[in-house]
Amino acid sequence: MDNKNNQWRKDFPILDQVVNDEQLVYLDNAATTQKPQQIIDDIMAFYQNDNANVHRGVHTLAERSTEQFEEARSKIQQFINAKHSDEIIYTKGTTDSLNIIARSYGEQNIQAGDEIVISYLEHHSNLIPWQQLALKKHATLKYIDLDEDGFVDLNDAKKKITDKTKIVSIAHVSNVLGVINPIKQLAKLAHQHGAVMVVDGAQSVPYMPVDVQDLDCDFLAFSGHKMLGPTGLGILYGKEDLLNSMPPVDYGGEMISFVHLFDTTWNDLPWKFEAGTPNIAGAIALGHAVDYLNSIGMDKILDYENQLVDYVLPKLQAIDDLIIYGPRDPQKHTSVISFNLKGLHPHDLATGLDMEGVAVRAGHHCAQPLMEYLGIKATARASFYFYNTKEDADTLVNSIVATKEFFQNGTI
Amino acid sequence: MALSKLDNLYRQVILDHSAHPHHHGQLDDSTNQIELKNPTCGDVLQLDVKVEDNKITDIAFSGYGCTISQASASMMTDAVLNKDVSVAEDMVEDFSNMILGEKTDTGILQDAAILKGVSQFPARIKCATLAWKALHKALNNKQ
Ligand SMILES: Cc1ncc(COP(=O)(O)O)c(C=O)c1O
Repeated sequence: MDNKNNQWRKDFPILDQVVNDEQLVYLDNAATTQKPQQIIDDIMAFYQNDNANVHRGVHTLAERSTEQFEEARSKIQQFINAKHSDEIIYTKGTTDSLNIIARSYGEQNIQAGDEIVISYLEHHSNLIPWQQLALKKHATLKYIDLDEDGFVDLNDAKKKITDKTKIVSIAHVSNVLGVINPIKQLAKLAHQHGAVMVVDGAQSVPYMPVDVQDLDCDFLAFSGHKMLGPTGLGILYGKEDLLNSMPPVDYGGEMISFVHLFDTTWNDLPWKFEAGTPNIAGAIALGHAVDYLNSIGMDKILDYENQLVDYVLPKLQAIDDLIIYGPRDPQKHTSVISFNLKGLHPHDLATGLDMEGVAVRAGHHCAQPLMEYLGIKATARASFYFYNTKEDADTLVNSIVATKEFFQNGTI
Repeated sequence: MALSKLDNLYRQVILDHSAHPHHHGQLDDSTNQIELKNPTCGDVLQLDVKVEDNKITDIAFSGYGCTISQASASMMTDAVLNKDVSVAEDMVEDFSNMILGEKTDTGILQDAAILKGVSQFPARIKCATLAWKALHKALNNKQ
């Protein structure tokens, strides 16, 4: 876990830089991860050698780009163990994917009096689409409670999910509390009541093995940029029969079969949901990111991050006046760790850490209802990835202590 | 240690204002009022102003925010109390110019001039300007 033995760190040249006269320690991976040099090179190579629009030309470059574009789709399919590659739809990101589900499946299936069930820990992107849908359709939006560690509470889920529930949508891994939610059990509950299970996988797919067939979720949304890929490219997974039954949300090129003056037939999956020229280089790069992650192994990544949490969480817990959110037990805590120094606004804390070279996020983390639920306004948040090390963890701990002393004593 | 740079941002005066803010609270007889939010961090600032004969005769702020935004609000209230509205508006502009690193006369800003150091911390400029933006809006928001 130290710098010397971490063989992946060298692939991320951005980490090797000085900010504010200190070595950079990048701990904002839950916001976006860094990109390995291989993927940066691959993106450049695509534009240098193969760039052409997909699915619309008979020329050689078009064939090459189309092949790579579809090959990436198959890689992503295997990565989450989807049954069919046409269940993988390219989108702009998690937010886009969740909005598509709400606007297509939701618009089609939600009626007045129906229930949509989410939880208190959702990111705004897994909250507002359902809230607005509920408002528009006169449906009821319900929130599942969290247990004392911050997990979505299964007992409360049993009460909130009823025969009126049509959609249950929950984050697999929280971007604030560092919990892994019991998606499999939630999906079972949802299905018992005839509802579909939507999973926000933005934080789980980069972090641990995710198998959509094992989870038996109906939809899964995630973002490429949180798993080594470029921004602007995400995935919507949906079960084939569901996707087939759903109307497209955007109209234009690519998503059609035959266009007549007064009607149009839709293209097959997955293209029905991919109107317009997609983010071709981004999709191909995400395929390469999947290759990179597979070359390490998601089990190993999870294990490595668990070890880092085992190392750093007790050290953070030992700092006086540092409040840490989520489970106290390192075994239950993911590598997303939110905290506050008593009496200090998280922005002041984050500025202090930044002066020490440590990049963390501070704010409400796009989860204002969760902040309200916790009775706080904001937190600081450190999030680790597999290229982070013990040294990074030590720098975080030392910098928090130094910042605390600065503000408590006015000296350093 | 790079933390020493923090001294440029968090001068003792700033820490004092934040820990013991001046004119903190609400006015029963305000003529102008505004609530401003900083959506990226969830900070909230409520500003109550009493204007009589085009002069700020009383002012108070409440809400929640970081050291910089709280100190800035405290300093702002000190600086504009008993000033004519037109002078206060000029000060809003002076403060904004100062924070953006532009040359400006900061004498009239009193303690608030010390927030000049914030211009080296672009991510925190919004924190420092919130109170002054609120003042500008409040002066244009008669009840
Ligand atoms: C849990 C969770 N859901 C959704 C999102 C939104 O992802 P994106 O901004 O890539 O659409 C994020 C990212 O911040 C997240 O952490």
